[in-house]
Amino acid sequence: MRRAFLKRVAEMIRNEADTTFFTVDIGMWAIRDVLKEFPDRCTNVGIYEDGMFSIAAGMARRGLVPTIFGIQPYLVERTLEQIKMDLAYQKLGVNVIGTGAAVDYPKYGYSHYCAEDLHVIKAIPGCEFIAPGSAKQFIQLFNQTYRNGHPTFFRVSDHPNQNNDPDVEFGKAVVMQKGSKATVIAVSIMLDAVMEVCKGKDVTVLYYTTLEPFDRETLGQYYNNGKILVVEPEFEGSLTFDITKSFEGKPVQIESVAFPREIFRNYGTYEEKMQYYGLTKENIEKKLEVLIRV
Amino acid sequence: MVLSSQKTLEQNALRIRKGIIQAICSNKGGHIGGSLDLADVLSVIYTDFIRIDPQTPKWDNRDFMIISKGHAGPALYSTLALKGVIDYSRLNNLNNPNSLLPGHCDRNKVPGVDATTGSLGQGLSIAVGAALGAKIKDSGQRVFCIIGDGESAEGQIWEAAQFAAHYKLDNIIAFLDWNNMQIDGSVEEVMSIGDPMKKFEAFGWNSTLVKGDDVLAIQKAINFAIESPNKKPTMIVLKTIKGRGAKCIEELPNNHCLGFNDDLKEKVLEELKERAVELDMEEEQWN
Repeated sequence: MRRAFLKRVAEMIRNEADTTFFTVDIGMWAIRDVLKEFPDRCTNVGIYEDGMFSIAAGMARRGLVPTIFGIQPYLVERTLEQIKMDLAYQKLGVNVIGTGAAVDYPKYGYSHYCAEDLHVIKAIPGCEFIAPGSAKQFIQLFNQTYRNGHPTFFRVSDHPNQNNDPDVEFGKAVVMQKGSKATVIAVSIMLDAVMEVCKGKDVTVLYYTTLEPFDRETLGQYYNNGKILVVEPEFEGSLTFDITKSFEGKPVQIESVAFPREIFRNYGTYEEKMQYYGLTKENIEKKLEVLIRV
Repeated sequence: MVLSSQKTLEQNALRIRKGIIQAICSNKGGHIGGSLDLADVLSVIYTDFIRIDPQTPKWDNRDFMIISKGHAGPALYSTLALKGVIDYSRLNNLNNPNSLLPGHCDRNKVPGVDATTGSLGQGLSIAVGAALGAKIKDSGQRVFCIIGDGESAEGQIWEAAQFAAHYKLDNIIAFLDWNNMQIDGSVEEVMSIGDPMKKFEAFGWNSTLVKGDDVLAIQKAINFAIESPNKKPTMIVLKTIKGRGAKCIEELPNNHCLGFNDDLKEKVLEELKERAVELDMEEEQWN
């Protein structure tokens, strides 16, 4: 996904004179030639996140379309006040693309983890949050949004889906299958695991890549006795408000397969972490069975 | 104060390098370049200056060491093993699940680590806070802190610099690891730091430049800061070479974070062993 993104950026910088790209010391290996060709519009600013957001806001103010690339926790947490005042409040369009989704840097410790990204961004009204599940979907969603004038955050994962890659549209859920016993919300890179579990079962599966704004309308059509399983590669409960709002006035029972809301104090590989926190097919299956049975 | 000989300091630096390799190889890779280049300064600080009790790492009046460039954790861990704060066997478990030795400095897990770092730019502020705290408590503690040149693009570094000068924190001795390399290029190319000595001087610090592998020059600079306090914090700018101490690492164009196979490990250890012979190290000093 990262490679696809950098290729798209190179194309954007070459062909669109009002676009700019800044990386905070990561990823330039892929676009060194563009960096040399367009040093004013495509540059590595170094390890400098918070100020960079304000600089990007200034550029957006002058009619440019800035895109910033960096590591997720530093892009969404270190910079929170800049996001709030310089981007959201002033309604300035800046694209922010973060690598290091959740535990994608599994060995580097808490400073490099960011399972809370969606929760943080949802706290600032006016921001958009997109979590593509594949390189193709990243391109589709980026192309649909990068000039829309809003602060838009993209979470780029190093562990995309391999078997399920539907076309996606910004702000819209994809109905993967329809059923009556429960509704399963598969978020981003969790689609493969969800489909493996749900195939042949009498449950609805909705696939979400735009997480803010959340497509409440589509979810609202699949109440299924209020039994909802959300499978999200972020902090549990990040979508709870949106889910309950989708069924306003009706009771819902929400189960979730997600990262627990705690400080992650362990290390190890990506697979070990997903296993440890229960983001597995086995756990999805278990939670779904309980939900349907009760 | 009795200061150690060049040979002792270089021997300890070599043992720190060996421990770095041990830790990083235990996970088949890690942040090697910026760990190796700190071996000399850590050797000088921990051999001659820092006041800690290896048996009581949480001794309240100890001097603090804060590595702001947290990815150099293996360098600090190896130094702590050398001092007997942690056991050498612990270096065999870097970054594994439930590891008590995380790649980035983590004070919750490793005795002798005084701040958890990894989010760049923040360590100098923590050090400054600890130094001011020591002044308020009149504890006589010193705070050592190492920052990176790449991370000095973060504005927080300069906010801390201004704060330390304003509060006349002459109990802080900081080091800038000026290796001029960051992940994606040279610091000069990415975001030039200019003349860091002049910058820190302009912020109200004592500032001096020494070669990062010249143990005697480092020793002299630290000793001067301690013996001649003048109500100013001190920044010792270390002109370092990323990966210093192992030519085969040093010569790689990007050695910030490397995977380690057995061949590379052998090559590095061979180089270190040759250096041990040059330094007349006995077998038991080396193993």
